[in-house]
Amino acid sequence: MHRIGVPVAAVLIFLLLWEWLVWFNGWPNYKMASPTDIGPAMWQYRWLFLEYGWDTLWRTVVGLALSVIVGTLLGMVMGFSKLMRDALYPLLVGFNAVPKATVVPVIALIFVGMHDTNTILIAFMISFFPIAVSISIGLSTLEPEYRDILRALGASRFTIFRKIALPKTLPEFFGALKVSVTLAFIGTNLMEIVEPHGKGLGHLFDSGKINADYPLMFAVLIALAALGILLFYVVVMLERIFAGWSERGT
Amino acid sequence: MNEQVTLPADTISGPRIELRAVTHTYQTESGPLPVLDDLSFACADRSFTAVVGPSGCGKSTLTRLVAGLLKPDEGQVFLHGEEVSGPRATVGMAFQNPVLLEWRTIIENVVLPLEIVPNNLSKSDRTARAHELLSLVGLAGFENKRPSELSGGMRQRASLCRAIVHRPEVLILDEPFGALDAFTREDLWQIMQALRKEENVTCILITHDLRESVFLAERVVVLSGRPAHVQFTLDVDLPENRTLEDLYSPGATEMLHELRHQIEIAQGRVDANV
Repeated sequence: MHRIGVPVAAVLIFLLLWEWLVWFNGWPNYKMASPTDIGPAMWQYRWLFLEYGWDTLWRTVVGLALSVIVGTLLGMVMGFSKLMRDALYPLLVGFNAVPKATVVPVIALIFVGMHDTNTILIAFMISFFPIAVSISIGLSTLEPEYRDILRALGASRFTIFRKIALPKTLPEFFGALKVSVTLAFIGTNLMEIVEPHGKGLGHLFDSGKINADYPLMFAVLIALAALGILLFYVVVMLERIFAGWSERGT
Repeated sequence: MNEQVTLPADTISGPRIELRAVTHTYQTESGPLPVLDDLSFACADRSFTAVVGPSGCGKSTLTRLVAGLLKPDEGQVFLHGEEVSGPRATVGMAFQNPVLLEWRTIIENVVLPLEIVPNNLSKSDRTARAHELLSLVGLAGFENKRPSELSGGMRQRASLCRAIVHRPEVLILDEPFGALDAFTREDLWQIMQALRKEENVTCILITHDLRESVFLAERVVVLSGRPAHVQFTLDVDLPENRTLEDLYSPGATEMLHELRHQIEIAQGRVDANV
């Protein structure tokens, strides 16, 4: 009750404040739509929201899945080999520093017309870095005693990884995944908005802009926030299941 | 059960652990760092040997050599007459840091070596074995707790259980009580004593605590400063079932005094001939 009631009350208060702010200032729709304008807009386009929301969601999830696979592999390579860490780190930092908005047109040109691929690629490119870094740090800072207790028994490297290194790195991994899930989501929308191709919530936002339908634009923002929250809490749930042990004394 | 733990040294089928002229040097960025120099000693089967020496004299290197985690540059290490060429399942280890796995419960931690070492124990046999050991060290009732819920002394007790759960022939203890407060440490000494009575194991203990070495060991080996060789050996002349009281006997005081003197020589603070 408390755990659900408090956040719900906070959201309601936020919406009321927003409504009041728009009413008090007498802002027109094109300056700032109010929650009571957004509701009807969302209802009016409900099927489009479902369809485009699904586009955005699945492409984000696939991009994130790629991030997890590639990020984990890169993290393992860098975590186990100092040579590879020294070699790859500057490359990765440089790659991460490039604003992805500038990469969007490049990717759109390379894979011209392949909209799903483009979008997934940007979602992946923007979100794998935190995972790679956290895994590599988790593995490279593993205390030697942890390895020795198994190594002294003749355990193979793979067994040590599976029994010790992997579970020990899980809390760091989920910490990074919480950042990455939001980033992947941003990546998907970046592609959808910068290179419109008639798919996803980004496209709906764009058409709202073209038609000067301001309540629709705000409705898209709300839908995006809702999807972002959903994805974030899916990760939190997975974390509870797989790394619940790292939460202390509650 | 093995009650006769203090068989006279070197009588049954040769020594369990033997180091022959072991020399080892680490290559560091500031040049070679010799840590062990022509180090030789042997531990009889089922005996308890304590190794003391000044800080940084290579005692931990010694444990890694015996465990097969490290190969000596020169010389050999033998476990029961067989030269050590790599890690083997007949060794158990406990460190100053109990290194319990936070994502496992206490009993799951203790069972861990049985998941690695080849054996034909069923899951329930493994649990029963771990339970038996945990009861012996006074951790009955804590089987399903997480390591973070236990005190330092309790974690170290669990770590000892994990070190011997697979019935190793050799138990290597690298300062396992070093980070505990004085009273907890004395508790752990007695628990160690109790474990030894139940388990058929040859122990080698690295320590900085001379009282600990005299309380637990039958033989104390004093290493010289780096590069280390055996500087002095003391056969502890105390009853088999020692109590903390025995540490205050005149004989114990004399032994502690002698060891202290040897440490000072090893540290280079007094001349051996004075």
